[in-house]
Amino acid sequence: MTGSKCFLRWAALFCVALLSISAARSAAVKAPAAQRIVAIGGAITETLYALGQEQKIVGVDTTSLYPPHALRDKPNVGYFRAFSVEGVLSLKPTLVIAAESAGPPDSLKLLQDSKVAIARLPDAFTAAGVEAKIKLIGHLAQADAAAATLAETVSRGFSEVNARRAKVSGRTRVLFIIAMQSGRPIVAGRSTAADAMIGLAGGLNVAADFSGYKPMNDESILAAAPDVIVMMANGNRPSNAQIFQLPAFKATPAAAHQRLVALDGLYLLGFGPRTPQACEDLLSAFYPGVK
Amino acid sequence: MTRVSVPASRAWRIRARPERRLRAILLFPVLAVALAALTILAIGRGPLVIAPVDIIDILVRAAQGVDQSSSREALVVLDIRLPRILLAVVIGANLAVSGALMQSLFRNPLADPGIIGVSAGAALAAAGVIVVGDKYLPGALPFASLPIAAFAGALIAVLILYLIATRGRETSVATLLLAGIALGALAGAIIGFLTFVADDRQLRDLTFWSLGSLGGATWDKVAALTPPFVLLLVALPFLGRGLNALSIGEAEAFYLGISVQRLKAAIVALAALATGASVAAAGIIGFVGIVVPQLLRLVLGPDHRFLLPACALLGPALLLAADTCARTLAAPAELPIGILTAGIGAPFFLWLLLRRPAGFDT
Repeated sequence: MTGSKCFLRWAALFCVALLSISAARSAAVKAPAAQRIVAIGGAITETLYALGQEQKIVGVDTTSLYPPHALRDKPNVGYFRAFSVEGVLSLKPTLVIAAESAGPPDSLKLLQDSKVAIARLPDAFTAAGVEAKIKLIGHLAQADAAAATLAETVSRGFSEVNARRAKVSGRTRVLFIIAMQSGRPIVAGRSTAADAMIGLAGGLNVAADFSGYKPMNDESILAAAPDVIVMMANGNRPSNAQIFQLPAFKATPAAAHQRLVALDGLYLLGFGPRTPQACEDLLSAFYPGVK
Repeated sequence: MTRVSVPASRAWRIRARPERRLRAILLFPVLAVALAALTILAIGRGPLVIAPVDIIDILVRAAQGVDQSSSREALVVLDIRLPRILLAVVIGANLAVSGALMQSLFRNPLADPGIIGVSAGAALAAAGVIVVGDKYLPGALPFASLPIAAFAGALIAVLILYLIATRGRETSVATLLLAGIALGALAGAIIGFLTFVADDRQLRDLTFWSLGSLGGATWDKVAALTPPFVLLLVALPFLGRGLNALSIGEAEAFYLGISVQRLKAAIVALAALATGASVAAAGIIGFVGIVVPQLLRLVLGPDHRFLLPACALLGPALLLAADTCARTLAAPAELPIGILTAGIGAPFFLWLLLRRPAGFDT
């Protein structure tokens, strides 16, 4: 019987040893599971920073302009529509989070083939879309709690915007100019991030007759009679006076009251954590009286 | 391309001359009337509907010097449609005549106005302003900095090519062509690099600039384009005979008493100024410079004394028709004008080619 007892003891010991080894191994597996994330898309980088997960980011794309030090601190894998596959792979990522419009498709397929986990985030230009995006990024970055808090804050922000928008009477006519090279305005039509922002801030997009970003006819701008012009503040922007003296703008209500809002591009169109604040800014510009 | 050296073809040419002169006499009034009709149509048409009576009223009052700055209709007619129509006329003439000049200089029907480096130089300068100038240029002239740079870029590119191709007071046309290809490739490489470092917004600017458009026309732009245009028109009557001689061959032209080198320098300078100014104001508008001279050669024959003035009428007509479509068909958005110049010009050109019994004869 001692023999069988002895065997049992040894067997028990062996089991404990095995368990502890597998535990050690699983710990060893967990340790390099410190995530290495490549963020392809400005709003994704911004959200990861807002969730306090920046230490997990090993690479960003050129549109990651907020926070401003992101592009200085992290390696750059190129423009998000034309990122470099080798550049991404050289960073040994465990996860690539890419915006829906990131590409080219071949590069994304190559990444998939090289067994890197890829998450594609849909570009949804709505309040619910922003909240879902934050939660999904938080889940992917194993920061669900922080994401829930941030999504809650964002949701509250949007509720405040909605409450303010409900008080608005009459709709301000808005023209969103995305580019103005050589005095030729390229304008945001419907199905654009800019159109969604105008809608969230309670404005009426006067260029909703066409979709996408397109050059708009001078006469049509005049006929559309915008009350406010919205532009991006980035780069070498023409001054308000220079815009309002162009024939297309001279006789618009916007020129008569000198109403032009210029905001940072990613802040305005990124649909990230700062979007409720951007909506508030636009709303204040569209309806100065409504608190 | 067949050359004129075969005696038989020359005999045919001489026989054909009276008929062609008759065609020219008929064609000029037709073109002039067409251009006038298109101008009237272009003033009357637009996304904003204005009654013809009101338009006439506005124009008459403007001619009388009455201040109409408070009227929205007057603003549309006088400050939006009129400068744009004039811009289309000037640029159409510039491109068509420059195209004809380049085709004679290179004795090649496929030469376009940009062949001497104009488009490459302008595009490079424009890309530089959009990408690099975005950060470093002062914001004093946001609408003018790009056209000014593009014009300067066009002229510098032509000057470099001319200096490369000119040895001992003689410009080699073949070297001009080859150096132009090399310079174009180099400019393309630098533009490619600038595109690579450009951000989202700059990329959009680059794309829309390269499409070409007469949008954003102002009286300032018309005024800036007038001097090269007037220079080109004034020079036309003096170029016809020389170009006719040149199309036989450089040596032949020399023996006919043409100072070939001066003629070549004049052609290059005129085309560079006219095309450079046009590209600077409206971006790259293709097809007009190739198809208008070819079309007229099919109808009028190769005599430059008729061909050049006809180009100065048909070029504006084609561009004006295309631009009127560009700004009305997709209103309130605008179509890229290149789609329309090719869309209108190419089928007509093909139809003319099909109607010709013999092969292509420049």
